[in-house]
Amino acid sequence: MRIMNIARCGWLPALLLLLASGAWAQANLEVNTPAISALQASMQKRHTELASFFGSGAVGLTRDGFVALRDANAVALAQRQQVNGLVAAENQDRSALYREIARANGKPEWENDIRTTFAQRWIDKAQGGWYYQNNAGAWTRK
Amino acid sequence: MRSLTVSAGLASALVLQGCVTINIYFPAAAAEKAADKIIDEVWQLKKPEQPASPSSNTPQSK
Repeated sequence: MRIMNIARCGWLPALLLLLASGAWAQANLEVNTPAISALQASMQKRHTELASFFGSGAVGLTRDGFVALRDANAVALAQRQQVNGLVAAENQDRSALYREIARANGKPEWENDIRTTFAQRWIDKAQGGWYYQNNAGAWTRK
Repeated sequence: MRSLTVSAGLASALVLQGCVTINIYFPAAAAEKAADKIIDEVWQLKKPEQPASPSSNTPQSK
C-alpha cells in the first residue's frame, strides 16, 4: 500500500510501477475475518438448496453480483415461497459479503468494485446450463 | 523563461495528481483471487485434500 514511497512521485517510477503492477497480484485482500467466514458458511449451506434452482433455470446470476428469480414457471407452485426466500436471503448475504470484504481491507469505497469483480467470477465459474445476465442484461444460458 | 517555469510547475502538479490517482487504484487481480477463493468454497468447486481447513495457509506478514 505504500505506493507513494516507492513511486517518489516521478514519471518514470510511476510508469514502471504501472507496468510492474503484477506486484499488486502478490498482495492479497483480507478475507479471513469472522464476519466473512460466517457469511461464506451461510451461503455454502444455502447453495445445497439453491443449486437445483440454478440447474432448472428458475434462478439465475445477475450481472451485478446477485441472484434473481428468472423463471417462476420453472418452480412448482408449492416451492415458490421457498425459492423466493432463498433468493432474498442469498442476496442479503452477498450484499453483506461485498461490504465486509471492503471493510476488512479498510476500503469501504471498494464495495462496488468488489461486487463487480464477484459478478464476473460467479458467472465465469457457473456450471453449464445455468442462466446469467450478459452485459446487456439479457438472460443467457451458459 | 517565465512560461517555462509555469509549465514546469504545471507538470509537477500533474505528476503529484498522478500519484494520488495511483494511490487509490483498486487491486483488481487481488480482488479476483479473493473472489475465486470464496466462490470455490461457497460452491464447493475444489475438493480440498484436507477437509475444509482454511487455516492451513500460513499467515503472511503485511
